[in-house]
Amino acid sequence: MAVDFLQLSLVPMLIAVLASMACALPGNFLVLRQQSLIGDAVSHVVLPGVVGAFVVTGTIATAPMLIGAAVAALFAVGLIEIIRRLGKVEPGAAMGVVFTALFAAGVVWLEQSNSASVHLDVEHVLYGNLESLIWLDADSWSALIDPAALATVPEQLGRLAWVMAVVAVVIWLLWRPLVIGTFDPAFAASTGARPGLTSLALLVVVALSAVAAFEAVGAIIVVAMFICPAAAARLMTNKLHTQVAWSLVFATTAAIGGYTLAAWGPIWLGFEHSVSAAGMIATTGGLILLLACCFGPCRRSR
Amino acid sequence: MSPLLDALLLRAGYNTTLVTLGAALLGAAAGAIGTFVLLRRRSLASDAAGHAALPGLAAAFILMAMTSGNGRWLPGLMIGAAISAALGLVVVHAITARTRLKEDAAIGVVLSVFFGFGVVLLTVVQALPSGNQAGIASYLLGSAAGMLRSEAELIAIMAAVTALAVFVLRRPLSMLCFDPDYAAISGVRVRLTDAALSIILLAVVITSLKVVGLVLSVALSIMPAVAARFWTDRVQHMVPVSAALGAAGAYTGAAISSSAPSLPTGAVIVLTLFGVFVASLLFAPARGVLATAIRHQAFRRRVHRRQGLLALDRQETIHDGMTLRMLRQAGWIRRDGVPTPAGVLAARDAAHDEALWRLHGDRYPGDSSVLHYHRIVPIKQVLPADAVADLEAALGPQPAWEAHAAPAARFTPAGY
Repeated sequence: MAVDFLQLSLVPMLIAVLASMACALPGNFLVLRQQSLIGDAVSHVVLPGVVGAFVVTGTIATAPMLIGAAVAALFAVGLIEIIRRLGKVEPGAAMGVVFTALFAAGVVWLEQSNSASVHLDVEHVLYGNLESLIWLDADSWSALIDPAALATVPEQLGRLAWVMAVVAVVIWLLWRPLVIGTFDPAFAASTGARPGLTSLALLVVVALSAVAAFEAVGAIIVVAMFICPAAAARLMTNKLHTQVAWSLVFATTAAIGGYTLAAWGPIWLGFEHSVSAAGMIATTGGLILLLACCFGPCRRSR
Repeated sequence: MSPLLDALLLRAGYNTTLVTLGAALLGAAAGAIGTFVLLRRRSLASDAAGHAALPGLAAAFILMAMTSGNGRWLPGLMIGAAISAALGLVVVHAITARTRLKEDAAIGVVLSVFFGFGVVLLTVVQALPSGNQAGIASYLLGSAAGMLRSEAELIAIMAAVTALAVFVLRRPLSMLCFDPDYAAISGVRVRLTDAALSIILLAVVITSLKVVGLVLSVALSIMPAVAARFWTDRVQHMVPVSAALGAAGAYTGAAISSSAPSLPTGAVIVLTLFGVFVASLLFAPARGVLATAIRHQAFRRRVHRRQGLLALDRQETIHDGMTLRMLRQAGWIRRDGVPTPAGVLAARDAAHDEALWRLHGDRYPGDSSVLHYHRIVPIKQVLPADAVADLEAALGPQPAWEAHAAPAARFTPAGY
């Protein structure tokens, strides 16, 4: 059982935790800026980016996929802005038009370019492949200190750890401009804090965490984790530092709890098959938010 | 190309015909209700409804598979989808009303969590011992190919009923969108009408499940409406325009996809609608980018001509390149910048007009500020003749124009 856990569950669980935290961190600012749906839009347009990278390079190597997804995310945001300005379209509608069109383009492009040998499909983008990120070489607990075994840990773990660190450092560096830009853009502009530039930086961070996380855990977790932990944390406190801390706690809880429920919940209930971990983590995030909505000390607006 | 032409001309068999016609009806219904959804600023709430349909769909499938062995009975799936999508909309409303969270967060939460839970149920579906589960995933992105005749008929009927409901409710809905308070005192039951809007929206979402799929169903209602917004400024025109654009897009998309079955119908329809949107954005005569640019350019030219004439009249030197070009093209100045006789006349007229406008502005500042953009148009074309005559009388006799334009007089031909 213990070795099973090490081989099959430890790495996916850690990856889920890292991905959730990397999304929850910028999510705090998205929720406060009422831009939560940027995360949704970005995770939809990842698909055409990935397909584009596949068409250009002909492989499903990770680096081009990540670059393609990031380019698509920035392209989508630019397109939303262009349509909003040129057509004087309401931002929500502009966003809806752009991300559905790009997602549809990704789907059609995928059908046109897919060869049977390549594992790349819409479901994969939506659900991720958390369950397949296993660490077979860990045949005993000593593998945790064995360099040879550690070298075979799925590379997503290291990559997400990196992304998590980068996101944390960027947010730490940009903390002051981000905070004043979030609460009082006019004041931020008057002090020379360049709120427009800060928003763009936040957007890049969002795209970075979305792209890195989706590859390991799928788009569902990305959207859920951008919003749920931060929204729940928002109902717990009036202090931003505390809110960020709560959101990280919630993200971790949702990831571990969701993964556990998905892997063992059905077995406890007497079924044989486990269920989708990505879906369960999103569901757990929603349950945490539900609890916060019912009992959070700061749930009312004053 | 020929299968596509057959599908477009409704010659590709009974089922394909039914599907394309059903899609067209669906597009019309979605476009019509989309107008109100857009004007009520609830575009993305419909996205939440679409994603929130998944758990109900999957739960209905599981329930039906366990009871009857066949989970793919479309009406049952639609009922399940409707229940969970409605629950999603209720949750969005409850979160916005009861907590400090804003609507965007509520929408994001509902669409991701409901969808996530739906995916959990989908994995349960895949683990079912029997139940004909192949094809449930096609509800994510829609697949018109291989649709049963009864299903296509059901979709066509539901789309027709929805379109009829929008037609019946068009007045209270438009009042609600523009001025809820006024609607309330005029006897419109605001909450009831809002609920009706949500119910029609839900009907569109679940009708579109089979054809467009739940991930992209939002596009069906918002894209035609956003596109129609470029064609008109009046809601009573926007509804039919949006319905027509939606019908055309969905019809073409369904025909394309039925002639190339590997393409997911929903994605093709959405791309067709996006093409309609882009064409409208660029070329619609009322508010399209091209028309706006042309009008803006025409306005600029008028302003430069007018200012140039006024400067001629005041005998100021003109430096602005565009002004000089406009005056030269109209034949009002020579290449060396000296006014031609026609230019002198035109400048005098412009100055006179400007004086009338100024007088009008002094007398009726309110009116005048409303007409601000018309000041470059001769006043006679804007105000009624009697008003202009009043202003003329008040302005008094014209200053002797020879004295006024003395330095230019040497260019005037004999007879003046």
